[in-house]
Amino acid sequence: MAIEQNYFLLFDLPQHFTVDTALLSERYRSLQKELHPDRFAHQGEREQLRAVQATAHLNDAMATLKSPLKRAAYLLKLKGIDTDSSSITIADGKFLMQQMLLREQLEEIAGSATPMDELEALLEQVQISEAELKGLLATLVASDDRDELQQALEMLRKLQFFDKLRHEIELLEDQLADV
Amino acid sequence: MLLQIAEPGQSAKPHQHKLAVGIDLGTTNSLLATVRSGQADTLPDLEGRHLLPSVVRYSAEAEPSVGFDARAEAADDPFNTIVSVKRLMGRGLDDVKRLGTELPYDFVESGVDAGMPYLKTAAGDKSPVQISADILKVLAQRGREALGDELVGAVITVPAYFDDAQRQATKDAAKLAGINVLRLLSEPTAAAVAYGLDHAAEGTFAVYDLGGGTFDISILQLNRGVFEVLATGGDSALGGDDFDHAIAEWVMLQLGLTELPREEQRRLFDLAREAKETLTDQNQTELSITLAGQSWQGVLTREQFNELVESKIKQTLRACRRALKDADVAIDDVNEVVMVGGSTRVPHVRTLVEGFFGNVPHSEIDPDRVVAIGAAIQADVLAGNKPDAEMLLLDVIPLSLGLETMGGLVEKVIDRNTPIPVARAQEFTTYKDGQTAMVIHVLQGERELVDNCRSLARFELRGIPPMAAGNAKVRVTFQVDADGLLGVAARELGSGVESAVEVKPSYGLADDEIARMIKESFSHAEEDHDARTLREQQVEAERLVEALEAALAADGERLLTAEDCAVLAQGIAQLKVIGSGTDHKTIAKGIEVLSAASDEFAARRMDDGIRRALAGHKINEI
Repeated sequence: MAIEQNYFLLFDLPQHFTVDTALLSERYRSLQKELHPDRFAHQGEREQLRAVQATAHLNDAMATLKSPLKRAAYLLKLKGIDTDSSSITIADGKFLMQQMLLREQLEEIAGSATPMDELEALLEQVQISEAELKGLLATLVASDDRDELQQALEMLRKLQFFDKLRHEIELLEDQLADV
Repeated sequence: MLLQIAEPGQSAKPHQHKLAVGIDLGTTNSLLATVRSGQADTLPDLEGRHLLPSVVRYSAEAEPSVGFDARAEAADDPFNTIVSVKRLMGRGLDDVKRLGTELPYDFVESGVDAGMPYLKTAAGDKSPVQISADILKVLAQRGREALGDELVGAVITVPAYFDDAQRQATKDAAKLAGINVLRLLSEPTAAAVAYGLDHAAEGTFAVYDLGGGTFDISILQLNRGVFEVLATGGDSALGGDDFDHAIAEWVMLQLGLTELPREEQRRLFDLAREAKETLTDQNQTELSITLAGQSWQGVLTREQFNELVESKIKQTLRACRRALKDADVAIDDVNEVVMVGGSTRVPHVRTLVEGFFGNVPHSEIDPDRVVAIGAAIQADVLAGNKPDAEMLLLDVIPLSLGLETMGGLVEKVIDRNTPIPVARAQEFTTYKDGQTAMVIHVLQGERELVDNCRSLARFELRGIPPMAAGNAKVRVTFQVDADGLLGVAARELGSGVESAVEVKPSYGLADDEIARMIKESFSHAEEDHDARTLREQQVEAERLVEALEAALAADGERLLTAEDCAVLAQGIAQLKVIGSGTDHKTIAKGIEVLSAASDEFAARRMDDGIRRALAGHKINEI
């Protein structure tokens, strides 16, 4: 296939964890204007199929670079770290304990008198922890040292835990709002 | 007006304006629009009426009647007069039975398409796809008469929240009606196009689209001609019809009736619809009807009506909240709200939507016509009439796609609100030693259990070489195109053996079934079918020649050697000769050969385009 495979190169952006999201969106739209199947609708089927494949790739690239977690995983993959393997477990007992406590807190909120306020507070707590981890991840992922990259992977796993938790908080928020 | 002379089905010559239309195939009414002299407008029938009621009446002797006449006859001939067929599109027999009390038709299961409901009519059993095709045929005919020539193609709108089966059914109906579908376009996106271009708008938009039988909410970002859908949500079985049913139920309650003979339902619903429409401008309406031998007169106030429908409207607002969340947009960040669909005329809908967004909703463009107008603008661009148009529509998939895994659970492969086109692959393995086949069940929906999601397709991957459990690697690839339509392929990787895949749509029509119906719809089946295939291939050959000539003229010298240019020019000349022949297979072969020869050139042009897109930016950014 002719289209650039490396997502950062595709958007002509530096290969960093920090990405200028406004620039990313701007370039995404410019590339779509060149590649989208609608540009080839009056041409042959082959052109259209090619365009579908090219934009599918572009959309994948965009989804990867837009999300900090996916972006970090992609950077690690580019540096030869296997991020797919589910065998990596978190050995940090303190972290796991914290996750359990947060989850218990979430379960209790459903039955409380002022659930919305408590959800807000919990969400804030999660966001603070996430910001801290992201800061560490940004530094580690820039490294070329294998150990540091492995540590980055662990940060990523932890962030994925928080991501799931945040998703559950939002789900409960939805349910409470629907009543 | 000058008539263009061209063979039916053939595209017009280059540089000529190509006739393309936008079609809004609605639950209650359908419309047709086109762009003429740069202006998009809906096309009326001979009597000056723009709307075509989506009603088809079948009789044993005559052709089906479609539109106002059919609607007028609905109450007298309820079983042969099909209304709101859109609610049945892409649905299985079970879904339809759930709607049973609201639809008075006799459903039969067809032997050919398992699970697909057919309706018993005086003209034989009809599938929802066939009935929709009959509506589309009338619209296409109207377009040909008004524009004086064959249509190159049409953009047909579908609710944003339509799932794959419903979209596929719509495309099948168009195929059956002999319409070349340029694109299936989401209704709210179409409305945003009509509205956004008209107002040169930028920023974040919410399009609230409440039709006769469907509800959609889309959150869009408008930026220099690019309409980017951030999220969409809705309910493909909620609309103005439900308001009518709420009034009908209320009337029955007043009469102390719990059940009604099916013959009388249509009259009651007509009364309810009239009452709803009256209450748009008036504070109360007087009703009188005779049902089950009982005469009744009464008054319904707007306040009472508001109460009857409030829960339905609130249901739409919940979908709005979810869509905003998916789009990651706060309510306050929505710059404008656009109202689409006839049901947004109901004052209580406007009040509650305004309250929710804290923003006075727009409805300057006729909410009945705005979708067709947007579709026409897109059709004009897709037909190639505006090569320099900046406009581009980026849409999303409305519902998650997944596969059945052990224990009746669904594993999501593509999440809802992912931009399309999209391709994703997932790997699976065998769980038994020596296992040689695997059933792949494709589902769409947000729930975790298979039973709560819509079954799209179920197919078997056969011929996996026998291996120990867990050693075979089966890669299943989902590809969703720009129409939101899904293609699934599966292959076994470990051995390098590619296995045959047979996809059977759960509710749709199989391809050969469509071919059969197309054949049947012609009086001179065989010859016409061949003639049609030939025309299609000729059009495809012309398209390729035209596109390649344009590409060579633009970039040939820059990107190719003189020798390569000459080879392609020769190939074009050859295909022109082949294309004037009468054997469709030879033409197909010729297309294949020239396409392959021009692959490298196309790839270079794509690279070049990407470079230009990024370079253009750097200049802008400075």
